[in-house]
Amino acid sequence: MRHHSAHRARVRAAIGTVAAGAILALAACAPGAEAPTDGEQIEVTTELTTEEVVLTIADETGFPVTDALTEEFTKQHPNVTFEITRDTFQNLTANAPRLLAGANPPDLIRLPTIGETVKDGLIANLDPWYEAYGWDAWPASQLAPMRMSDEGIRGSGSLYQLGLGYSITGIFMNLEIAERLGITAPPSTMAEFEEMLATAKAAGELPIMAGDSDGVVNFVVQAAMNQFADKDEFMSWMFNEPGATYNTPGNVQGAELIRTWADAGYFPSDINAIDYFTFVTRFSEGEGLFTFNGNWAASGYQDALGDNVSFFLVPPINEGDGHVAMGAGNSFSVAAGSDNLNEIVYFLNWIHTDPAARQIIVDVTGASPGGDPTLPLPEVAPGSLIESALEMSAQIGADNGQVDFMANTTAGIYAGSIIPESQLLVTSQITGQEFVERVQAFYEQEIGG
Amino acid sequence: MSTTLVSNAPRRAAARAAARRADLTGWLLVAPALLAYTGFVIYPLATGIQYSFYDWNGVGVATWVGLDNYATVFTNPNLLGAIGNSFVLIAFFTIIPVGMGLVLATLIRSMRDGLALRASQTILFLPQIIPLAAAGIAWSWMYAQTGAVNQILGWIGLEAITRPWLADYGTALPAVGLIGSWVLTGLCTVLLLTGIGKIDTSLYEAIRLDGAGWFREFITITLPGLRQELAVLVTLTVIAALSTFDIIYTSTQGGPGRATLVPGLLIYRIGFTQSDVGLAAAFGIVMMVLVLAVVLPIQRLSRASDQ
Repeated sequence: MRHHSAHRARVRAAIGTVAAGAILALAACAPGAEAPTDGEQIEVTTELTTEEVVLTIADETGFPVTDALTEEFTKQHPNVTFEITRDTFQNLTANAPRLLAGANPPDLIRLPTIGETVKDGLIANLDPWYEAYGWDAWPASQLAPMRMSDEGIRGSGSLYQLGLGYSITGIFMNLEIAERLGITAPPSTMAEFEEMLATAKAAGELPIMAGDSDGVVNFVVQAAMNQFADKDEFMSWMFNEPGATYNTPGNVQGAELIRTWADAGYFPSDINAIDYFTFVTRFSEGEGLFTFNGNWAASGYQDALGDNVSFFLVPPINEGDGHVAMGAGNSFSVAAGSDNLNEIVYFLNWIHTDPAARQIIVDVTGASPGGDPTLPLPEVAPGSLIESALEMSAQIGADNGQVDFMANTTAGIYAGSIIPESQLLVTSQITGQEFVERVQAFYEQEIGG
Repeated sequence: MSTTLVSNAPRRAAARAAARRADLTGWLLVAPALLAYTGFVIYPLATGIQYSFYDWNGVGVATWVGLDNYATVFTNPNLLGAIGNSFVLIAFFTIIPVGMGLVLATLIRSMRDGLALRASQTILFLPQIIPLAAAGIAWSWMYAQTGAVNQILGWIGLEAITRPWLADYGTALPAVGLIGSWVLTGLCTVLLLTGIGKIDTSLYEAIRLDGAGWFREFITITLPGLRQELAVLVTLTVIAALSTFDIIYTSTQGGPGRATLVPGLLIYRIGFTQSDVGLAAAFGIVMMVLVLAVVLPIQRLSRASDQ
């Protein structure tokens, strides 16, 4: 018995030593790898290869435009075929760095936030092709959010992404309800918009159809902030410039406005139980005078509400001031480890320049195709919401008023802070000042940590 | 004398050789299991501990930060709040299902064998075969403003208390917890029923003859007889409560605000959305230690009472 327990103690000691040794040994060598240094430089060409090539694309589910685009491209260039793999937006975003770091990265990947992929050498610098193809003719403000400097600051530096369509956000109005309330035209100032909200509330109509179980009410929150905030200051925060802050007087004013709307009951009472799909459905079924959404929802609303819906930009504070609206490229990046860099970039350039491709972008996504503004715009049905969306994109271009979505500021800020804090804001649990301070605190932690 | 010594030595050597062979055979027999255990448990655990000392995004270069990640776990109010929520869930994942299981098992034991008995057993166990993720989705529909829960409340004249249960700050966590209770009650009932079946029926006869009622019978015979089953159930359900992920992920995503945020969801977000692998690993290690701290005493207790 004694012998037995002594033996057991020895075994335990041995296991302990081995485990401790293993942990120490592991702790001694840091995990991870250095970013690969530019090894072989490939020759940049704007001529498409004549060899058989299979290009791979990693895209999100429910984004059918890549199917249509690749089909058209293969029709024009039969030697190039595509393999598209899809995963949910959330999974794809979470897995993107690991997909790109793998032995067989996809040639093209949907990448909403650049994050640390540039620092880790995972995505290709598109500058050589920018020069070769002459993309300097494209709107600079559209490409800025897709650039990143050597210091990891977005907005300037080398180009790392391009958009498959460039989105624009605004307000959809149910014209049937508007007519009943005596509203005949879209608001031209924020004050007018607020009057309309009050009119709707007084008449027992829901003023704003919105949902926040998945954070989408932030289209409304940021739309309000955009009108008060200094645009460049706001953008510098979204681009993670050193010292930039979310806690600005303009952002606080915008958030406080949302709090007063929440207090006044302008949102659905169960807003935190409503997700994106639900609020889109409920607005499509005729509930709510206004809803805040983007061009991608336009054709759906048109199908559901016919001519009884309009789409316009969020009005500025003062009449005649320039408009500011969120918009972004549906951003895709090329893997640094792609074996077909010239071919995949040719495909990206083709999407921005080929008339058939541009038509597909507009037809499938309702987004502006981007590219050289002097190129003719695709044809759309006159008087349709898509036509409005293209006009709005042009207007924002003219006003130089495009801002990125604040959800794109860092990888973790949307789920980690903006969603939970906005849920508290739109149900009057915290003030606008608190909202802004809490998001900034999270931001500092994520950027610093 | 000398002959015995001479003749003993080879025998001892042979015995030693045999023992060594037996040792070797033993090691060979456990080798596959040991390899699998090392590869799939020890190694990931060790690398998890290693990562927890680094600031690492999962791909690039890692920087040694010592205990910084652990300091964050113990000072960040959001992380601490999530740990607090998971302990509240123990009430719904452990106390309610085990309590309900005891009551139901006792009731079912007293039922006569037949269709009703088998039907009730099956119905009670059914939730157990539904994946937690699916349960989370189905229940979030039932908890919605226009869902089944509010409809039933409306029929019985309780419109006043209807609300979007998962979007209400006061009710979200209990509502999510009850999904867990619903799923786990079946498991508890079935396991406790088999436990009761193993109790010597003569004990029940004896206590009946002594004139004991059902309560006395429950306290004196049933409960002590179920010690081991109870220890297993409490262990399993406490772990389920502290490591819960799927129900929350598919129903509330931690909202409204952070009312239903739990460590499992946060670890996933920190590790895979924020790409802060070091902090996620540290949080995971802390949760593992917490689970062990809660579960080991339960194991000790059940073993002590066995002796």
